[in-house]
Amino acid sequence: MTPTALFMPQLDQIFVTASHWLLSYLPAALQPLASAILSVAAIIVAFATLFALTTLLERKGLGRMQNRYGPNRVGPCGLFQPLADGVKSLTKEDIVPIRADRAVHFMAPILLVTACFMGYAVLPIGRNMVMVDMNAGVLFFFAVGSSMELAVFMAGWSSRSKYSLLGAMRAIAQMISYEVPLVLASVVVLMQAGSLSTVAIVNMQAVYSGIWPHWFVFTPWGFAGFVLFMIAATAESNRSPFDLPEGESEIIAGYYTEYSGFKFALFFLGEYIGMFATSGLAITLFLGGWSAPFSFLTWVPSYLWFFAKLLTIIAIFIWIRGTLPRLRMDQLMNLAWQFMLPMTIFNVLTAGVWHYMPGGLLRWLVCSTMVVAPCILFGSGLKQKKKFQVRTYHFSQ
Amino acid sequence: MVGEGILKGLAETARNFFGSYVSKDRLTTVQYPEQREPQIEATRDFPFLVYDGADWKQGMRCVACQICEKECPPKCIYIDKSKDKKPDAFGKPQFYPATFNIDISVCMSCQICVEVCPFDAIKMDVDYHLSSENRFGGLLLNKQRLSKSNEYYNAIHPTEAAAIDAQRAEEQAKLDAKAKAAADAKAAAEPKAAAEAALARKVPAQPSAGDPQ
Repeated sequence: MTPTALFMPQLDQIFVTASHWLLSYLPAALQPLASAILSVAAIIVAFATLFALTTLLERKGLGRMQNRYGPNRVGPCGLFQPLADGVKSLTKEDIVPIRADRAVHFMAPILLVTACFMGYAVLPIGRNMVMVDMNAGVLFFFAVGSSMELAVFMAGWSSRSKYSLLGAMRAIAQMISYEVPLVLASVVVLMQAGSLSTVAIVNMQAVYSGIWPHWFVFTPWGFAGFVLFMIAATAESNRSPFDLPEGESEIIAGYYTEYSGFKFALFFLGEYIGMFATSGLAITLFLGGWSAPFSFLTWVPSYLWFFAKLLTIIAIFIWIRGTLPRLRMDQLMNLAWQFMLPMTIFNVLTAGVWHYMPGGLLRWLVCSTMVVAPCILFGSGLKQKKKFQVRTYHFSQ
Repeated sequence: MVGEGILKGLAETARNFFGSYVSKDRLTTVQYPEQREPQIEATRDFPFLVYDGADWKQGMRCVACQICEKECPPKCIYIDKSKDKKPDAFGKPQFYPATFNIDISVCMSCQICVEVCPFDAIKMDVDYHLSSENRFGGLLLNKQRLSKSNEYYNAIHPTEAAAIDAQRAEEQAKLDAKAKAAADAKAAAEPKAAAEAALARKVPAQPSAGDPQ
């Protein structure tokens, strides 16, 4: 065995062993509580740092896509920009509208951030690095994820502003519409894995044939499921091109119009944390979680793979944001109900066919056809040319 | 095929993204404090007062006629006329502004003061580094802060300043010629005048000589 091979398993488990070592100093009665606090603190620190990094990378990436430099003034290459933004948002005046429902107005951003962070409890970030190995982990994730809608509506309702309320209504209509394809897209994985536990799903994918891993994304239904899941995740996290809830041109900033200072920063944080969480779930379900992409790369610590995959997905999110313009409300709804929903349901069928057919080229052919054909079919339905008429006004002429 | 346009768009943004690292020509941003765009000659922001020579108090062209003060649409100019007179650049005794204030937080850069000034004393500046910690006093420019030399004016608006300098030189030459002519006339008239004076002295001398008699 090479020195790397000896040393790397320790490095892979360094956080786990460090946590065990720290907890061994505590009495046994306190250990579960201390363990939970330790994990929560680690998750909050890691993902808040990732949030800070992402805001910077996003601004720089978008800048480059528009042939600009992006932030490059604070610190080397603008590296301290998130710090400056943080100080700014902390020192800004916190304005609460005079007629707002103060309690609800105050609670909404906190609930949002809490709900977003709750999802991380079941995400396996590395080998043996999951906070709670729940046997209904995926279900738990979607359950806490949907309490984000409540926070959004609280924010919109309590502000007593037309823009906030309209933004909240849009956001909820969108989030509920896309929640359905999001869950249905992940059902295929649950069918194949036969488990709702995220740890079991990752363990199932972390095996190799030759050098190739058994990630679910490398099957026709898995690939379709992954793409559909990512589209729905984009809509769920209110990101471009599905950022109608904060359409600046018509409703200022949507449901957080009346938020300023640190509460606004919390909304911002919540949005990104939610995005990371759904991306993390996509990694867990389709991209093999913390497992290496090739069998000869398994010596690299598992959590590095998780974060590498997460950063790749974030880069794609930024790329999409730099490319696509915002959809119209009817286009958004048409996409959800006329394309995403039938596609996900059909994909469930494909996964079933895959399961019951004997392995081989024929199975690949049949399942690929079952993915591509409905995609073209439902896609052409979306592209149907609308007849535009001259708009007639009855009263203003 | 559904999503074809999206892929095209993604390719375009990717080309921009990587291209901006490869070719510097793509980045049109001017990195302001370090790099600056050259200003066009007709740039203007706020008015300043021109003076000739080295001493701003001595060479000030403004004669406190107060036309600019009256014409200023937002009324941002305040002038106090002096009680005494001082010789101007042409050597002619003129009033001068005892106080000349421009509140550049009020000024709208319309250049009407420049248009109406008969003495070419007020011109438009190009300096835009005007941030101040004091938003009242810091933006109320007094006579001293407003005064800038003719050389500075030549540097910022060369064509315009050259034309004005030529015009003023012509005026000066005319005045010089006039003065010379006057001097010549005076010089030519000197012997005559002396003679006349002598005659005059003589002529009244007679009665004066005779008076006591």
